[in-house]
Parts: sequence; C-alpha cells; structure tokens
Amino acid sequence: MRLINRVPSRPVGLMLGALPFVAIILAYVAGSEIRLAANPADKLLPALDTIRETAARLFTETDKRSGDILLWQDTFASLRRLFLGVGISALLSLSIGMAIGLLPYARKGLTGFVAVLSMVPPLALLPILFIVFGLGEVSKVVLIVIGITPFMTRDLSQRVLDIPVEQIVKAQTLGASSFVIALRVALPQVLPRLISAVRLSLGSAWLFLIAAEAVAADVGLGYRIFLVRRYLAMDIILTYVIWITLLAFVIDWVLKRISERAFPWMGAGL
Amino acid sequence: MSFVTVRDVWQSYDGRPILERVNLDVDEGEFVSIVGASGCGKSTFLRLLLAQEQPTRGAIRIDGGHRAREPGRERGVVFQRYSVFPHMTVRDNIVAGEAFDTHWGRFRGAKLTAARERADAILDRIGLSHVAQNYPATLSGGMQQRLAIGQALAARPRILLLDEPFGALDPGTRIQMHDFLTELRAETPMTVFMVTHDLGEGFKLGDRVLVFDKPRWDPQDPAAFGATITYDFDARQGGIPFQGLLDKYPSLRAAE
Repeated sequence: MRLINRVPSRPVGLMLGALPFVAIILAYVAGSEIRLAANPADKLLPALDTIRETAARLFTETDKRSGDILLWQDTFASLRRLFLGVGISALLSLSIGMAIGLLPYARKGLTGFVAVLSMVPPLALLPILFIVFGLGEVSKVVLIVIGITPFMTRDLSQRVLDIPVEQIVKAQTLGASSFVIALRVALPQVLPRLISAVRLSLGSAWLFLIAAEAVAADVGLGYRIFLVRRYLAMDIILTYVIWITLLAFVIDWVLKRISERAFPWMGAGL
Repeated sequence: MSFVTVRDVWQSYDGRPILERVNLDVDEGEFVSIVGASGCGKSTFLRLLLAQEQPTRGAIRIDGGHRAREPGRERGVVFQRYSVFPHMTVRDNIVAGEAFDTHWGRFRGAKLTAARERADAILDRIGLSHVAQNYPATLSGGMQQRLAIGQALAARPRILLLDEPFGALDPGTRIQMHDFLTELRAETPMTVFMVTHDLGEGFKLGDRVLVFDKPRWDPQDPAAFGATITYDFDARQGGIPFQGLLDKYPSLRAAE
C-alpha cells in the first residue's frame, strides 16, 4: 500500500499528535538534568519543578512594592493593546477592502498603494512611531495596526472580488443600490473571511506587540520578558512564553467557534 | 411599437467585433430562445439586453424607454450558477427580491411580515415551501434554479433573461424545469429571453428561436467579423408554423 493511502486509526492519530510535545518536553528535561548535574546553580535550563513553582508564584503572589500581581497586570495591559490594535485593523481593512473590492474608483486608487504599504517592514518604522506618538500606548497600537492592516486589506479585497459577478448583477436586477449590495451581499459573505484573516494575523500582531513592549514600556508581557532577561531568569521567561502561547491558542479557538456559530451557511457548502 | 426593440446594435471588444447589425422586435409576452455555437455572441447579446454592458453602437429599449446604463429592476435574470445568495435562507432569498429595492435593503415589522407571507406564497408555487429555512447550498441544482427564478419574479421584472438556466442540470430535472417554466408562463404572461445550447429546449419552450451566426467569414482572420441573427424561426406549434395555415385561411383549401 502506498504511503499516501495509509491513514492512522484514531488512537494512533492522537498518539502521533502528542508525540512532538512529549519529545520536546523529554529533550528539555534531559538537557536540564545534564546541566543541573554539572552545576546545581545553573540558570539556563531550570527543572520543570522550578518552572512550576515560579509559575504558581507569578500567578498568585503580589509584588512587594506595588501590591499588584505583576503577571495579571502585564496580561491585561498587553491584551488591551492587542485587542485595540487588531480591532482597529479589522475595521480599517474591512472598510478599505470592501471599497477596493466593490468600487472601481477605489480599486484604481488604492490597490497599488496598499500593495506597496504591505512591503514596508513595520518594525523598521518603530523608531518613527516612538518619535511621533511618544512612548505611550498609542505607538504600540499603531505598530500593530500598521503591521497587519495592509495584509488583511489585501486579503479581504480579494475575497470581495471573489464573489461571483453573477450575484452582484442579480442584486442589481433586484433594484439594490451600491450601498445595499455592500451591506446585504458583500458584507455578510466577507465577515467570515474577516475572522479568518484576524486569526491569521494574530501571530504577527503578537510579534509586533512584544517587539514594541520590549523596546519601550513599563508594563506588559513583552516588557517583562525582556526585563527579566537581564537577570537570566529563564524560569520566568518560560512561564511567560507558555502563558502567551496559551492566550494566543484560546483567542484563536474562540474566534473559530464564533465563526462556526455566526455563519452556519458557510458549513453548508461553498 | 414592439415591446423590446433592438436597433442596429454592434458590440466589439478591443476593436474585435462580436455582434454586428443586430435588429430585433419582440412583442410583450413572447418567449424568445437564443441559440448558436459557442462564442457566437449569444451571451454577449444577453448581457446587452441586461444592460450589464453597453453596445458600441445602436440601442436597446424596453417599451420605448431610455437606453439602460446598468442592470435594474426592469430586467430580471437567472444565470446558470451563482444566481441566489448563499448566505440567506431560501425564504430570505425570495424576500430579498422585494427588499433590495429599499434604502437599507431589508424590511422591518409589518412590512417584513407581509413580505414573508408573499414569499411563502411564491415558495408554495415553486414547490420549495418545505425547505424555506434551509440555505441554498443544501438544495439540489434544480431546486436552486427554481429558487433563482422565483427570486427574479418576486421583483416583478418587465423582461426575464435566462442565461443557460438549465445547462448544469441532469436531463430528468431539466424536463421537470421545462414543465415548471411552462406552467409559470401559463399563470403569469411574461416576456422571456433564454440563451441555450439545447436546440430541442429552445424550440420546446420558445415562441421564437433566434440563431446567432457570422454571416461573413474571413478564413485568414476568423475574428474579423461579428455575428448577427441569421435565422428567426417561429417555434409555436412545435416549430411547424404553417401546419395550421389551411385552418387559418380556408380559401386555400379550395384546390382539394
């Protein structure tokens, strides 16, 4: 039987899915034990127990100076920036993308501009953003917006263009104005694409957020990671990395569920 | 004055003529089938009738009105595919036939209730009331086309344009759709233009069958000339219009 036709059974499939995770944990534990055996004070690869203790401490113990739990503070600050940035990007790209997809004038005027804009490396603009918008919240949100909006706009405008021309003509023969076509034909069909575009760009959004926080911030997940890096506190860094991964995973899962619930016609075919 | 007049219509893309010197008069209530080889311009002609494109020269008028510059409620259309809105339920698709003409594209309150009742009446007539709450993707090809026809009729167009409406259906369903369309026409007279690849279908359903072809042909440059209407058959009475001639003019019978 050909390899391409061999399908694993369900238990084997689950096992295969868990394999990479188990392998990386085993590799980490082995490396950690070797280093700790040579030098019990080694900080590079702390033992899993150390990480667990650190995590428990980070999630529950308050900071002696401020009386706040820093990890939650960091989480709220970062998520606020992330949601603001992604939300603004979603709105911007939805309106610009719909305009490009539906209106020939907007298409001629904006397509080239958006294409060039998406080539600009956003991180290279970070110093400019700090100079223009200061070191506060605005520059971090703007970096996310600049980073993911061009890509999402291109994706969404293409989705609008993918709507069969027959549907647009049909709507016109039913008397629909441009506005009604945008509102009742294009928008409902593009919204599920918007959610998948958001899901795809969340990775980049996190990247830009952590980069911005690493350079200049006084609270935030990225800020904390780059702060404790100076003390080689690998246990804290690893806890934060796992926490960020978990947050990203949950956000992605929630968006996926929303998409499935809100757009039942997508699952029905097409 | 005929209902639909086509006067000296030419259409060319990038200087290449597709249609030339097309003239046509159609009376209200006539069913016109349009046939021809692939690439003969029959779909182009339908797009011109729909006002999706403007002719390079000439004019198309409905009931002596203005030349249309974009598709509108005067002309209903059913395409081979993608004629219904996938994100709306079957009933909402019919309601959209009326609601899209409003400012927000939707009805609220009493108007919505009334529109839904009218939509249910249409669904009863086209035999789709049992799937009113389903999405079009769950329907068979024939049901989707019936829905598309019902949706087009809900907007009460003056002419109905069908672009190979049954081309993607299996032969059995196609015959059912012929009966459905014939019944529908018997109930509500309407002027229909139908592009089809199927000659038999054209003669079965149509009152007239127009054939598009190129009257001039340059073997060195096949694209040099455009197509026009080369035959205009009377398709009533099974395509044999002179069969009833003796009944109509009894004096001709004298020779017997």
